[in-house]
Amino acid sequence: MTNFDITSSKIDGMGPHGTNVGLLRVLGPAHVWALGVGIVLVGEYMGWNFAVGKGGAYAALIACWFAGILYTCVAMIDSEVTSTVAAAGGQYTQAKHIVGPLMAFNVGLYLVFAYTMLEAANAITAGYLFSVVATMNGFQGALDQRPFIIMCIMFLAWLNYRGVLATLTFNLVITAIAFIAIIVLFLGTSGVFGGGIMQHASLMEGAASLPYGWIGVLAAMHFGLWYYLGIEGTTQAAEEVRSPARALPFGTLAGIMTLLIAATLTWYVSTGVLPWEFLGDGVNGSVAPLFDTARLSGSNALIWLLGFGTLFATLASANGCINDASRAWFAMGRDKYLPGWFGAVHPKYRTPYRAIVFLVPIALIFALGAPLDQVITFSILSGLLEYTFMPLNIIMFRKKWPLDSIKRGYEHPFHPLPAYTLLALCAITFFAVFLGYGTQLVAMIGFYIVVSLWFHFWRYRFVNRGAQFTMPWPKPKGY
Amino acid sequence: MQTWNYVEYGAWALSALFGILMVVDWIKTDSTYSEEVLTSSREGELEAMTEQHKN
Repeated sequence: MTNFDITSSKIDGMGPHGTNVGLLRVLGPAHVWALGVGIVLVGEYMGWNFAVGKGGAYAALIACWFAGILYTCVAMIDSEVTSTVAAAGGQYTQAKHIVGPLMAFNVGLYLVFAYTMLEAANAITAGYLFSVVATMNGFQGALDQRPFIIMCIMFLAWLNYRGVLATLTFNLVITAIAFIAIIVLFLGTSGVFGGGIMQHASLMEGAASLPYGWIGVLAAMHFGLWYYLGIEGTTQAAEEVRSPARALPFGTLAGIMTLLIAATLTWYVSTGVLPWEFLGDGVNGSVAPLFDTARLSGSNALIWLLGFGTLFATLASANGCINDASRAWFAMGRDKYLPGWFGAVHPKYRTPYRAIVFLVPIALIFALGAPLDQVITFSILSGLLEYTFMPLNIIMFRKKWPLDSIKRGYEHPFHPLPAYTLLALCAITFFAVFLGYGTQLVAMIGFYIVVSLWFHFWRYRFVNRGAQFTMPWPKPKGY
Repeated sequence: MQTWNYVEYGAWALSALFGILMVVDWIKTDSTYSEEVLTSSREGELEAMTEQHKN
């Protein structure tokens, strides 16, 4: 075994390479949790219910379980690898060290696209929420949503620009409120304390149980991802946590447990009061199912709580997406996979400030110029491509650096079972996406093939090949 | 003119304010520090100034 031990509290194992200004190590496990859960929780407040439209309430529950297994595998694999590759860039950096430059370039782009698109989708949603509040307050006419969309992106970008500790502490507070709101809604409507309003038996009997049969269950897997999409974003905090070996696995695994609870409660309360035809139509029916459930409860306190919960979940997601997209872009710039200019760190705030500012207009273009469902579909597809890379990554990681060669902060159990399970579930989900969005899937894969050719034949000559590997790992087995 | 119209103007103004704050600081930072210092960060490396090894 090498002398390098990432779990050591005394040494970090990384020698000085000339860093004058680097990212600040100030985060703890709670911030990692807030980053991961914060990005995802908006999927519980809105979006998951499209799965109900694809196959009914039971199909959405089955999708919730299988997507839960998919993301549990993602969280376990990520926790092991990233507790060892403790650097900004997350899966991009993992791919660079374990697979190779071309995979790293592609994974880096998946990350930036997935998070920037999701940020844009969240901003669109925030604009919509402001218009709903205006209408509920008696505003006549149509509110211009654009200033609220832009304000959301600009405020959160500014917050990210000013420092990671304030950014993720803000996320911790609003994410915790949004999660507690779901629990309070469950306690207030399920009948645990009496006075329940659940009507599962009558709403899900007969043809309503599986309206489109088992193909509907398969199709529901596409939107089943929404329950958990983004938990893998915790890895982007790797270079800013005080103890990567402890905080990253702890925050990530606590995050997926939180989401499994939130997803199950969300499904239970929403399908218990809303007919599947209304619940499954996220455009003209139930845009925000948890908020609609609160409205049907007749409690003003629940309506206010879930109203704020919806807004907070949206802001937390956009905030986390800005954090993650900028770290991935920054890491690629630092290694010269993109112009090195993006690899700058602010000397006072210690954030990747150029990457943050550069991605603002891109998010604005998508938020103001693209339809919501297209934006979200491209985000999901990028995420799905990233999950497909993960099983290959962990299998190669265990082969090249077995457990006795590098000490991990966390060793995931039952290897290689989670890797193969993840691969199988990704294949099923690709088919489910193909059923509904085949054109976008083909277009997306075509795009990545084109940029891969560009990277291979042009951009790779600028990559700083020697300086990009700073991890003091032993030689891989067999080399 | 309703209250929400003023809120709209407020949102435009705040958007501009946050944008200006970032761009002004960005220009100030780039003109104050050398490019070598700003881009000196290396992967996963802890800064010598902040990481004091006790043993």
